[in-house]
Formats: sequence, structure tokens, C-alpha cells
Amino acid sequence: MSRKQKRLAVIGGALGVLGLAVALMLIAFSQDIRYFRTPADLTAEDMASGARFRLGGLVEKGTVVRGAGTRIEFAVTDTIKSVKVIYDGILPDLFREEQGVVTEGKFNPDGTFVADSVLAKHDERYMPKDVADSLKAKGVWQGN
Amino acid sequence: MTPEIGQFALALALALVLVQSVLPIIGAWRHDPRMMAVAAPAALAVFALIALAFAMLVHAYVVSDFSVLNVIENSHSQKPLLYKITGVWGNHEGSMLLWVLILTFFSALVALFGNNLPPALKANVLSVQGWIATAFLLFITATSNPFTRIAPAPMEGRDLNPILQDIGLAVHPPLLYLGYVGFSVCFSFAVAALIEGRIDAAWARWVRPWTLVAWMFLTGGIAMGSYWAYYELGWGGWWFWDPVENASFMPWLAGTALLHSALVMEKRSALKIWTVLLALITFSLSLLGTFLVRSGVLTSVHTFATDPGRGLFILAILTLFIGGSLALFAFRAQSLASGGLFQPISREGALVFNNLFLTTATATVLIGTLYPLLLEALTGDKISVGAPFFNMTFGPLMIPLLAAVPFGPLLAWKRGDLLGVAQRLMTAFALALLATGFVLYRTSGREVLAAFGIGLAVWVMLGSLTDLALKSGIGKVPAGTAFGRLIGLPRSVFGTALAHFGLGVTLLGIVGVTTFGTEQVVAMKPGDTLPVASYRLRYDGITPATGPNYTEEQGRFTLLDSAAKPVDSIIAARRFYPARRMPTTEAGIVTHGVDQFYISLGDGLDHDGIVVRVWWKPFVTLIWLGALAMMAGGFVSLLDRRLRVGAPAKRKIARTEAAA
Repeated sequence: MSRKQKRLAVIGGALGVLGLAVALMLIAFSQDIRYFRTPADLTAEDMASGARFRLGGLVEKGTVVRGAGTRIEFAVTDTIKSVKVIYDGILPDLFREEQGVVTEGKFNPDGTFVADSVLAKHDERYMPKDVADSLKAKGVWQGN
Repeated sequence: MTPEIGQFALALALALVLVQSVLPIIGAWRHDPRMMAVAAPAALAVFALIALAFAMLVHAYVVSDFSVLNVIENSHSQKPLLYKITGVWGNHEGSMLLWVLILTFFSALVALFGNNLPPALKANVLSVQGWIATAFLLFITATSNPFTRIAPAPMEGRDLNPILQDIGLAVHPPLLYLGYVGFSVCFSFAVAALIEGRIDAAWARWVRPWTLVAWMFLTGGIAMGSYWAYYELGWGGWWFWDPVENASFMPWLAGTALLHSALVMEKRSALKIWTVLLALITFSLSLLGTFLVRSGVLTSVHTFATDPGRGLFILAILTLFIGGSLALFAFRAQSLASGGLFQPISREGALVFNNLFLTTATATVLIGTLYPLLLEALTGDKISVGAPFFNMTFGPLMIPLLAAVPFGPLLAWKRGDLLGVAQRLMTAFALALLATGFVLYRTSGREVLAAFGIGLAVWVMLGSLTDLALKSGIGKVPAGTAFGRLIGLPRSVFGTALAHFGLGVTLLGIVGVTTFGTEQVVAMKPGDTLPVASYRLRYDGITPATGPNYTEEQGRFTLLDSAAKPVDSIIAARRFYPARRMPTTEAGIVTHGVDQFYISLGDGLDHDGIVVRVWWKPFVTLIWLGALAMMAGGFVSLLDRRLRVGAPAKRKIARTEAAA
């Protein structure tokens, strides 16, 4: 191979790998982007789309209901609207009423949110950043 | 008094590091040996001062000096001594001081052991190290002073975040920083080469040991962090593709690429410009990681405090160093003579293949990590990119790379014989196929991907050993001769084989636990049993217990074998730390061979029942054992005779050996 051909081979190979990577990323982005919403942000389309979301807000007081075994129901609120969440599993250590949570899952056709993961803030001074920002934007933030 | 000594040492270090940043580089430019000679003693003195400041902070923690704000916020007089010490870097200010301590430590090492470097190169390298240290010392003194005092001093501190009260904090951050910051030396060498406009194979020989050291520590730091998150968080996962994890993983990927490309440069003086660029990129990714973790733009256990001023400051440092070094590269790269070309099928070709895939993989991780931040900054949309994205992009890119690993070391330099190498790898290939077939048979053809993955892991492991077997002639010459040859092989050949073998072991662990692991979430009452793998798990009940600074409820479990005989007892706990009014989960883990049982307690139910999450994690420990093998591989390579030229400290050892 001549000098030029060798160089072309390397450049061609590099472009091939890059092309592969870009294709993979585009496919992955179209499937695995999850938007963060608070209850008041949700549109009818969001609820009907069947896509995965991260739903964040405060655990509404007096709504935590334990079902059979490990099933739990509670409502997530941003003090404007609230959404009922169904979760089957172990709640994080710092899950409490009126504290911030981020849940991830899909909407049922009846408008309840079926979560497969629940994250809570992880120390006394800390609130999930997305939740804090949203509450601040809505003017209902009470922390510092 | 002692905090003031620390404060003073910091200020003095900042003044001195300015001297280290300026004088030597002017000396190198003017060919003034006296000015260049300032570099080494200045670097040593700066390290001594930072070490003094650090020691003062440790002292404040050990004696619980609650007049220091940092100690109040992160310590407690009842805390065990180990956690008082590790608490020093379990917060923003202290961890930045540790960062600078390690940076100046590496500068001091260059100053001490760089006697064989050309004086101008050494002066330039130490100057560039000085620039980095200046920037971060300014950052500490301006925005993150660990010695800030308050009066009146409170009686008691607020304690360290309980999640961080663990032996993991003693090991993970120092190891990780030794890796992260170790790449600064490669960066400084690259910038120095660009400033001088001269670069040759000797440069690569000097840079390689530093890259190896940094890479080794980073490998250990990431593996340790992964294991820590695994047992401490109680979520049973060992890697979450969390932005903070990615922040440490990106320099590792780029550093791995650097390790391989520097090899080509050293042996064949090709890929010079590319190697310099990789050295810049690797440390830039370390800086980016520091920014992501320390600026509070991310939501994570690692972000201790959110302060926009700090974020902007680090962003400025980041822009200055990444932008500056890349601009320098753009201006000066042309002046570096480009090296020789080579046939695509050759050792060089294989290493280019490695670099191509590693850097592309780094880019996908970078995009996945930064895209949500950029999108939020531009449109305000909050999105998250989760594990599926990375599995889907990073995973496929790793497959060709892993499949090619055994070929690399067997191909000859300049012009390789692919067919010949393939023939020599037949045994490894046949055994890998056998492993694939075996898994397919045992799972009745259900786990095709897993069978393929395990086959790939076996291929990487055996392929790496094939190199050793061939080079020593095992099976071709009498056993004694082969053994003699095996002992006589260069250490770097062992290092390569060991590190590649470790990669295969880690892959085996990942595939094994992902495919065959089980997770059950159940409500249990005392006396209930639950089948797990070939065992049964019995729940015996809850006992309260008290630790030094926490109370806990211990859930006791007994593991029964198929004959209902107890084989192990497991305790999983829910702790409560009153100082922070914070509960944590302590997972109960027992290891059988390379497999683990992992139990995490959930909420209590009525009638002394409890929600329990039980994982069976086959092969899981292989993930970290493989990383240990990779580290060991790096260490063995470092002992190679060839690199002793670049690390005279080793030469001294060699001389004493020769004398003995």
C-alpha cells in the first residue's frame, strides 16, 4: 500500500467507527430519553403517550397507603396539582411525607403513575435538584 | 492556632507556586540553567507546604476543633477516629485540598526522579504543573477555604453524612485522585513538548511510566468506588452510569487509549501528534470530572455543596486549561515531525484499532453525560439519560475491541501476519466456542447474548494467556526450558497478559451477574423461608443494637442448604444516625466462592413482618477481581527493565540488586 492508501485506510476506519457510534447514539436517544415533569407540567399528551417519565415533587401528606406485601400508593404533588403513584418495592431510607422525591415510570390509562423506581433526597439539607428548581420556578419553594 | 498555621502554609504555597510557574519556563526559553534549577526545589517546597496545611486540617478533625467551620459541618466528637480522619476529604473544601496535595505530590515526584530528563523539558513540565496548582490554590483560597473559623465555637459538630462513614471513604477518593490527578503529569509533558516544538520516542518513554501509575490508581479508584456504592447504598447495583461515575470513567477510557498509543510512539516513533493530543484530552477529562462533581451542576451523593461562585470558578479553570492547551496544540502540532507510517495489519495497526474504539466510546459517554446538561441550559427541558442509552452505545463499541484484544500482542510490529496469528489463537477460540456452547446447552438456548458474552470473556482471558504460552514455548520445548523462558520474559509482556486477562475476568463477572442474578422483593415474617438459587433463606427476626454514633435494627437471616442445614448467617440492618437524623441501609452480604447473597431491609410491616429485598449475585466479585488483575498488570509493567530508564528510582533498586 502506498502512503496515501494507508492514510485513507485509517481515516476510512475512523469514519466508519464514528458513523457506527453516531447511529447507535441516535437510536438510543430516540428510545431512552426520559423527561422530568412535575404534576402541574403534565399535559394530556404526556399521560397518553405511554412514554417513560421522571415525575418529581413532594410526597403529599396523608396519602401514603400500604397495600398487600410490598405494594405502596402515594401522591406526588407540586402543591398545584397532584398525581397518584403506585409502586411495588422498597422505598428509599429518606422517603417521608412532605419531602421531595423523584419517581420513574409510566402512566396507566386511568391517569395513575406506575413507578418502578423511587429516589428520595439523600441528606437533611439536600433536595433533588430537579425538584428544587421546579418548586422555585413555581414559587412554592419553602427551603433556603 | 493550628488552623492558622494551615492557612499560612496555603498562602505561602500559593506564593511559591507562582515562582515555580514562571521562573523555570523563562529559564528554559533563555537557556538559563540557574532559573531552570529553581523548578525542582520550588516543587518540593510547595508539596511540603501543602502537606503541612493538610496535616493541620487532619489535626483539627482529630481533636474535634469546632471553631473551624469545616470541622463543625462534617465531624462529631463521638465519631470513630478513622471517620474523623477520612471526614477530612468527605466534604468539598477538604477534598479540593486533597486534590491539590496529590497534584503537588506528583510535581514533587517529577522533581525528585526526573534527573534524566533534559533540563529544559523538566523545567517546562514543572512550570506547567505549577500553573495547574496555582489555579486550584487560587480556587481554594478564594472560594473554598477549609480553615474558616467561627466564634463562638459550638459544643458539637453536625457529623459526617452517614453514607460516607465507611472504610470506603478512606480508600476510594485518595485512589481516584491519584489516578485523576496523576494524568496531570502526562498533560504537563504534552504541553512542554508543544512549547518546545520537539518530540521524540524518548518523550514517550518518559511519559509512559507516569501514565501507567495514574492508570493503575484510577482503575483501583473506580473499582473501589463501584464496590463501595454496591454494598453501601443497598441498591444491589455496581454501576449506575451516573454522571459522576462517568466523570471518572472517561479519563480512564482516554488514559487506556493513551497507554496504548504511547507504546506505538515509544517503539516506532509513530502517532506522535495523536499521543500528545490524547495526553491533553485525558487530563482535560479529569478536569471536566472535577468540574461536574464539584460545581453542583449534578445531582449526586458526591456533590457536597451547591455554590454558583465555585461552579463558575472551576468552569473558568476548565476553559483556560482545556481551551489553552488545545489552542497551543492547534498552533504547534504542525511543527512536531510526524512519524513513520505502517501497514494496517501490524501491532501498530492493532493499537490504532484500540485507540479508535476507545476514543469513540469515550465520546459516546461524554455526549450521554453532557447532553442533558446542555439541553437544560439551552431549552430548560429537563431530561435524563439512563443506563439503557449507555448500554446501547457503549456496549456495541466494546465488542469489536474485546474481540481484537488477543490479536494485538501477537501481531508483529511493522507488518503482521493475521492468518498466522489466527492459527495460533485456535486453541483459545475453540475453548471460547466450547464455553458458548456449554452456556447455550445449560440454558436450553434461552440466553444467547449471555452465551456470546461468556464466550467473549473466555476468549479474552485465554487469548491473553496464549501470548505467554507462545513466547515461552510451552508445549513445544521441554517443560524446564519453557519455564526458564517464561521467567525470562520481559515484565511488560506479563503486565500486558495480566491486564488483558483481568479485562476478561471483569467481563465474565458483568455478564454472569447480569444474566443469572435474581432479585426478589418479598414481605417476610420470622420463620418464613424463601428459595434463593439452590439455597433457602430463613428470616429469624429483628434485634435492636447500638453503635458508637448510631442505633440500628438488625434483621437476622439464616442461609440453609438443600438439606435444610444452616450454612451461613446474614445480618442486614437499618441504621439511624441521630446527629443528622438520617437513616441508612446496611446491606447484609455473604460471599460464597465468587458469588454473593445480598440482602437489603425495607420498611417494617404490621405484626413483626418486614419487606426484604434479596439478590443472588453469581460471579459478581469477578467484576472487581478483574480490576485488581488489571491493576496488578499495570504494576508488573512498571517493573519492566525498559521503563527503568524513565524512572531512575527503579534504577537505584536495580543497582543495589546487582551489587547484592
